Amino acid sequence: MLVQETLEAYDLETYELDAYELEVYKIETLGALDGPGLRTVIFLQGCPMRCQYCHNADSWLANAGKGTMMRALSLYELVLRYKPYYKDKGGVTFSGGEALLQAKGLLPLVKALKSVGIHTALDTSGSIISDDTQNLMDAIDLVILDIKATDEALHQTLTKHSLKNPLATLATLKAQNKPYWIRQVVLKGINDTDAHLSQLDELTAHPTRERLERLPYHSMGQEKWEEWQMVFRREF
Amino acid sequence: MNQKSKQTSDLDQSAIDVRAFIMANYQPYEGDESFLASPTDRTHAIWQQVLDLMKEEHKAGGVLDIDTERVSSLLTYEPGYIDKENELIVGLQTDAPLKRGVNPFGGIRMARQACEAYGYKLSKQVEEHFAYKTTHNDGVFRVYSDEIKELRSAGILTGLPDAYGRGRIIGDYRRIALYGIDRLIQEKQSDKKYREKQAMLEGSIGLIEELYKQIDFLHKLKDMAMAYGHDIGRPAMDAREAIQWTYYGYLGAIKEQNGAAMSLGRVSTFLDIYIQRDLENGNLDETSAQELIDDFIIKLRMARQLRTPDYDELFAGDPLWITESLGGMGLDGRTLVTKTTYRFLHTLQNLGPAPEPNMTVLWSDALPEPFKRYCAKMSIQTDAIQYENDDLMRPLYGDDYGIACCVSAMRIGKEMQFFGARCNLAKTLLLAINDGRDERTGKQITPSLKTLGLGEDVLSPSSELLEYEAVNLAFDKMLDWICEKYVNTMNIIHFMHDKYAYEKTQMALHDTDIHRYMAFGIAGLSVVADSLSAMKYAKVKPIKDATGLIVDFEVEGDFPKYGNDDDRVDTLAAELTQRFITKLKMHPTYRNAEHTLSILTITSNVVYGKKTGSTPDGRKAGAPFAPGANPMHGRETKGALASLNSVAKIPFDCCRDGVSCTFSIRPETIGQDEATQVENLVSIMDGYFSQNAHHLNVNVLSREKLMDAMAHPEKYPNLTIRVSGYAVNFHRLSQAQQLEVISRTYHERV
Repeated sequence: MLVQETLEAYDLETYELDAYELEVYKIETLGALDGPGLRTVIFLQGCPMRCQYCHNADSWLANAGKGTMMRALSLYELVLRYKPYYKDKGGVTFSGGEALLQAKGLLPLVKALKSVGIHTALDTSGSIISDDTQNLMDAIDLVILDIKATDEALHQTLTKHSLKNPLATLATLKAQNKPYWIRQVVLKGINDTDAHLSQLDELTAHPTRERLERLPYHSMGQEKWEEWQMVFRREF
Repeated sequence: MNQKSKQTSDLDQSAIDVRAFIMANYQPYEGDESFLASPTDRTHAIWQQVLDLMKEEHKAGGVLDIDTERVSSLLTYEPGYIDKENELIVGLQTDAPLKRGVNPFGGIRMARQACEAYGYKLSKQVEEHFAYKTTHNDGVFRVYSDEIKELRSAGILTGLPDAYGRGRIIGDYRRIALYGIDRLIQEKQSDKKYREKQAMLEGSIGLIEELYKQIDFLHKLKDMAMAYGHDIGRPAMDAREAIQWTYYGYLGAIKEQNGAAMSLGRVSTFLDIYIQRDLENGNLDETSAQELIDDFIIKLRMARQLRTPDYDELFAGDPLWITESLGGMGLDGRTLVTKTTYRFLHTLQNLGPAPEPNMTVLWSDALPEPFKRYCAKMSIQTDAIQYENDDLMRPLYGDDYGIACCVSAMRIGKEMQFFGARCNLAKTLLLAINDGRDERTGKQITPSLKTLGLGEDVLSPSSELLEYEAVNLAFDKMLDWICEKYVNTMNIIHFMHDKYAYEKTQMALHDTDIHRYMAFGIAGLSVVADSLSAMKYAKVKPIKDATGLIVDFEVEGDFPKYGNDDDRVDTLAAELTQRFITKLKMHPTYRNAEHTLSILTITSNVVYGKKTGSTPDGRKAGAPFAPGANPMHGRETKGALASLNSVAKIPFDCCRDGVSCTFSIRPETIGQDEATQVENLVSIMDGYFSQNAHHLNVNVLSREKLMDAMAHPEKYPNLTIRVSGYAVNFHRLSQAQQLEVISRTYHERV
């Protein structure tokens, strides 16, 4: 009922929701941590980073039949089903994997959801930069930027990627005065000192930074790790 | 004071109408909990004595003492006290705290077995007395047909109230405080006189005899209170008396009846009027007001009935469902939340969490926000509260209804229900698949489908797979047949209960002309929905034993599962409730009761599962069902809100006796700090109930905590959790029930 009513509130063709498919890793309908209020969290398949401590290593490979292909319209309808729970704060969060990998397909969905008053958030490592990702960043209401490490060498070690793009993403957020949260997973003996915290704080401070969160590392992904028989295994 | 006195004297002239008194006198409260007071030393001391007794009770195997010499009723025992000098509200069920009385009116065998289970022997005089007395149980079995007995022992019609008190009747205990017993007697006498002028036929004769019994027991109730030194012939004059008078009504009811659910009703807002007046007069302060409520709640927490171990398997943890309905909104738009609503919930903090009384918050979108947040906070801290949708029930039952048992709404003092236990629909589906044979024993339980009018044997088609359409058709025929037997069974039970174990005290606290519901029930809803979905969307191959009986299934391929907000299967569940109530309504009921239906299993989902073979959804023989309307655990893959949305689709219009859902979530899943957790829990409930969902049990805890509590019970003496429509002390569950509770879905962040 609700979905139908709201469907009329936007023009399907304007957003071409029927034209795009997204590869979805999984969906969590009760997200209370990835953005304000209650949120539908859509985890998208595929990620360029190879974080040692990743909980969802099975979300890494894109276009390899690992995820579920879903039409943007289906996702739109799905997000609206949970509108009764969002109230004035909640909404949808696109996470991953790395949602930016599918920025192009995601953009019309984000715009369509915003047009019916749904708050949108993007949980990202900021590791991809292109016109598509820039357009997506422009449209999204809140960015949750996971800074894996504040120093290039450590970032390389932890993720097999340079810190360059995440820093450029951060710079853009600041320049645009985009509301953002900063997150870091705290790894024992690696980045758990006060010095690490103040470094992260200084690096990311800005009037539109709403939160700085340091998340304790849980070894939940360990089983999945073993399933995937990754070569590199390390207990922090 | 003057205004109130005037009100009271007006009441002498007008008809009995507690609601009108409440609406004219109560003060809505829209503030927060900051006014609440801590327990006094007196409260601590009394409660400690009770806790010590409860510890002894637990050590003694669950029953502290039994009076085997007498039969429980209003005047059987001398007054009992915990600590006479220090109690503010008095009255015990027997002459000593936690000592249980014997109540054989439902059935002498049950009473005998209950005594023996705890090492006691029913006295010769009680045995002799009942040797010449017909009990409810005797009456029922005189009339049960062979078919009904068969359905009963196969576990298809199950949990039937045919050997114990039916319960689920709420006396309007407030009437005693407001009017005094003398006025109530007068009222009943004039009702009786009026009816004596009518034609004397079966219905009117029966009613006149009931009125005689009601009046008789009102006198007894007055005498019972007099033994404690109180004259409840007159109305209560202050807060303490109002609580005491109300409690005497409830106490009389539980002395007389051992009904499964003996609920309290909706007393807090009513009592608030007296408390508020005393506070304004300076006769009370907040601490002494809270102290009165604390003392009242202590009494309620001590209520006990003597049960058999079999009974405990169905309803674990010694529950009485002393359900108190809290909050809600008035028809005039004002909230019915008062400071005493808070004071009731505050006992969970002052006395610690406990399953009784069964705190039931009537949730409305329009409830004051501070109250919503306070409830959520108390849920997070105690796991002792259930929530029911006032916005859904108020249009049907007005604003002075209460919940009996877990989810059964009724207008207080104006409506009652005939409790109808439940029909195991998962097993009914298996009967359809096996042409009426019990999948566990091979015994023919129902007529074959051919006899029931299916032209050909739809279940032995050329394909070796179960075909959805064919099975569904057979299932439908089976439901037709069973619904008729189910209604008949209920009619017999309630005819006999009225005849041999009529609730005299409770019915005296109702209007003489009342509306009756007959509340049927479904067990195994999610199992059936998923089974139908498996046959419809995947391939289900039946596996037969040597005699051709289908005893198991092989499922190939995936299928939509209830609990994922997937309409393909959720509609199967919703349609099933509609089909069932429609079929039930085709059969007339005893006393023209209105047919209703609940999706509620209490803790009996474990026992029902035990009695049910493997099902086409992949559930193995003997495995528990999900409780109430819950999805089967482990099958929800999209998170908690998808699961709640599935349950919200079960139409309340088909299930007017309630749709129970138990929700367990880890605290850290709904927020990093308590303030966020509170806010998010409020959003969950607002969102769920705005979709016309009916009921939610809220547990905010981790599975690890329960596992630890199983291993180290001494660390968690008061661990309370909501199971299905009620709360229970975790340690009062059997091991099988504990394991089932632990294996349920705990929504967590992945």
